[in-house]
Amino acid sequence: MTRSAYAVEVRNLHKSFGPLEVLKGIDFTVDSGQLVCIIGPSGSGKSTLLRCVNLLEEPTSGKVFVNGVELTDPDVDIDAERCRIGMVFQQFNLFPHLTVLRNVTIAQERVLKRSRAEAERIARAGLDRVGLGEKAGAFPAQLSGGQQQRVAIARALAMDPTLMLFDEPTSALDPELVGEVLAVMRKLTEDGMTMLVVTHEMGFAREVADRVVFIDGGVIVEDGPPEQVIGHPRHERTRTFLSRVLHPEA
Amino acid sequence: MVRRRAPSGNHSVTRLSARQRRQLAHGLQYGILVVGVIVIVLLADWDAIRQSFLNTRIAKEGLPQLFTVALRNTLVYTVTGYAFGFTIGLALALMRLSSVGPYRWIAAGYIEIFRGLPALVIFLMIGSLPLGFPGFYLPGGVYGMACLGLGLVSAAYMAETFRAGLQAVPKGQMEAARSLGMPYGRAMVSIVIPQAFRIVIPPLTNELVLLFKDSSLVLFLGVTSSQVELAKFGNDQASTFANPTPILVSGMTYLLITIPLGYFARRLEASREIGR
Repeated sequence: MTRSAYAVEVRNLHKSFGPLEVLKGIDFTVDSGQLVCIIGPSGSGKSTLLRCVNLLEEPTSGKVFVNGVELTDPDVDIDAERCRIGMVFQQFNLFPHLTVLRNVTIAQERVLKRSRAEAERIARAGLDRVGLGEKAGAFPAQLSGGQQQRVAIARALAMDPTLMLFDEPTSALDPELVGEVLAVMRKLTEDGMTMLVVTHEMGFAREVADRVVFIDGGVIVEDGPPEQVIGHPRHERTRTFLSRVLHPEA
Repeated sequence: MVRRRAPSGNHSVTRLSARQRRQLAHGLQYGILVVGVIVIVLLADWDAIRQSFLNTRIAKEGLPQLFTVALRNTLVYTVTGYAFGFTIGLALALMRLSSVGPYRWIAAGYIEIFRGLPALVIFLMIGSLPLGFPGFYLPGGVYGMACLGLGLVSAAYMAETFRAGLQAVPKGQMEAARSLGMPYGRAMVSIVIPQAFRIVIPPLTNELVLLFKDSSLVLFLGVTSSQVELAKFGNDQASTFANPTPILVSGMTYLLITIPLGYFARRLEASREIGR
């Protein structure tokens, strides 16, 4: 088994859906404790790339390492690796038939084999952390989008992940609810969590990202610190994208 | 009423307005209804009807066996058949969605065959199983055969219902569960199937109503007087007394169960709509 020294390492990753090649050879790494934002136009393959990192999408070819373990190795127990990789979805994907508390405890009990009492203790602490301690008994449908997304973050964090993946976590939210989710994510960076974030929030990327990766047409066009990629983009494609995102009326 | 297009100028006088047309159509429908009722009332031989179908003396002859034997057996056949069909149906639905090709083919084949066959044919074949397999015996005798027959029939329908329910659970639910490290089977059992069940409760209640009525086919298995269900009970009583009243009574007893159950199913469906 090949090993890797990075928190995340992606080598020559290709992904096709039938005849459509979405990722055309992606190489990048994330250091432990870094926050890397992936930006790019819709259809550029950025969500597919993120979903390949925890193998929700099976790469067509190439290698993915997380914490040194090659996930694309067919002999790897993917479930055991995946429980240490938190994922937050655009549509929250809370379990609607379970209470908020149960949403956060079920995988702790079923996967990590924690006792009910321990799982609930961890869940309540986690819900407090995202400011939703008093919503433990509510059902997801009773919460706002922002609250649901914070529960989803707490659910992922309860598994003690070493890496957190965010797939456009604020894109489905009403504008006034975006801030509360970004605030929780900002707090996570202060705790030193390794994070890979697909986002359209340029302000957030600029402020908290260690690196920004711009993807277009299934390849990485630009990869560097935010002041470079967002502040002084070298490539025409990056400039065009940024001007559309930052000045949508123009 | 004349509705010829009049020369321009006074056409508004002869043409009916939309409201008048509506009133005319309405009046016409009520007229037909009243005429129909009058004809039936005048032509029917009420004494004969009362004697044949509403004969309370004969209806009372069926009590209490109507409830203690016939309804009870009908319920036993229905519930055991439903439980069997439910289990097989869920298994078939999971096979239908399996990544293993042969499972999909077997499930699809079963569903096509058993949805395409009349339930009666299945019961006739089950009744003749001992001929093809000498010594063949199902635990419970007629009860076992009824359970098998009703189960085989309802499993095909329930499998399709379960499949629709499983597919109606958003893909993100499975992805969220898998991303938390749950293996596929665990995610199915803890996350997807419970949500699918909620979706299919109304159609499954309707299936229970259908099966309750189909339990009348048990009579083709050859039952003794203690194994008799509602339809055969009514028919037997009707021949004994040479009067069809018991058949009507059996019918009413079916309705006693099916109408509240159907109402319950619609209530469930409505409350689900609101919950969405």
